[in-house]
Amino acid sequence: MHLRMEEKEVPQTDAVRAKLGRAIVITSGKGGVGKTTTTANIGTALAQRGASVVLVDADVGLRNLDIVLGLESRVKHHLLDVLEEHVSLDDALVADKHSASLRLLAAAQSREKEDVDTEKMRALIHTLRERFDYVLIDCPAGIELGFKNAVVGADEAIVVCTPEVSAVRDVDRVVGLLGNAFKPQLIINRLRPQLVKKGKMLSVEDVNAILRLPLLGVIADEPEIIVATNRGEPLALREDAPTGAAYRAIAARVAGDDVPAPMPSVALTFFERLGSMFGGKRS
Amino acid sequence: MIDFLKKLFGHSGSSSTAKERLRLVLMTDHLELAPDMIDAMKRDLVDVISRYVEVDRDKIDVTFEQQDKALAMLANIPILSVNRANGQPAPSVAVAASAEPAPAAVATAPAAADAPAPIKRKRRRRKKAKSQGVAGVPETAPA
Repeated sequence: MHLRMEEKEVPQTDAVRAKLGRAIVITSGKGGVGKTTTTANIGTALAQRGASVVLVDADVGLRNLDIVLGLESRVKHHLLDVLEEHVSLDDALVADKHSASLRLLAAAQSREKEDVDTEKMRALIHTLRERFDYVLIDCPAGIELGFKNAVVGADEAIVVCTPEVSAVRDVDRVVGLLGNAFKPQLIINRLRPQLVKKGKMLSVEDVNAILRLPLLGVIADEPEIIVATNRGEPLALREDAPTGAAYRAIAARVAGDDVPAPMPSVALTFFERLGSMFGGKRS
Repeated sequence: MIDFLKKLFGHSGSSSTAKERLRLVLMTDHLELAPDMIDAMKRDLVDVISRYVEVDRDKIDVTFEQQDKALAMLANIPILSVNRANGQPAPSVAVAASAEPAPAAVATAPAAADAPAPIKRKRRRRKKAKSQGVAGVPETAPA
């Protein structure tokens, strides 16, 4: 581990931890599969459980995590300000509105991914691991330098995949690039159980027959997710939202709780029950 | 009957198409064989077989199938006539095979299969070669 950044240059409000926190990169290869929403919700759910969490938006040039969390008006400094030592880490960490133990380190919007120094990024993530229980890194789409910089300090990976040919192919590629060292775990996002039942969408089994990864959970494609993003309030906060419960279950599994992987379901109609009686149920 | 009911209750959607496309695309990704490489392989395969029998080049169907951990190449090559006398009566006209999956058992014998499963009045001959797995390149059958 290269630590170019001197630790004393980062003022510390929290006590230095005896044990390093976990650095988990949330990645997918393909864009638009829900990495950022997933990061915001798992981070929120972990913080609601009492853990200290920092979310790092590594998507330099396309900052979005602040929007999903509703923190866009609070961002004053960003990742590159910290890496280039223009501001202290504490000045750049944005306190969350809803969860006291949640912080955001926003991406630079007007910079490029090539501006990030890989070794400095590695050192920064290490510094964050000394201060937080969880460092969740929201990876940009692609497998170029932005991906490499997002992954460099992480020791675990969560891959987000939608039930589409292109997304599965890209996850397959990313998992190949990551190798086993990151112990990648899978979240299947935007599943539409009704379509799966009709045989019009790849099922969880179809996807994981190919990827063969430990399944953290499945998130259904629900309108409430769009509403939550519109408002900048992660669903994980909402006790009444089914998707919120799914994110909380995923967070519990990340934390090591022995709870079942959340799985969306649909009630069978009479004719579908009849059909599955004759034709054999295909989920 | 069951197929009919499955159709009736909407069990024949596009997800099977997606699955098939995904399987193929990942196969080529893992083999690092570009589609034109597969075409070239197909061509060479046919050239070799053509030394022995006359085949219908336009109706050749080569597919890949994941069988447990191994990847199998299944080639369905309609034979028009036998060029050399090798004990096999020449089928008059071969009909292109249907796209249905091949039987589960994959012949590992490299020689041209001498058990052409005749289906009804149509004759066809399956030629199979088994690859070494995901990382391996499928072996074409030596003549």
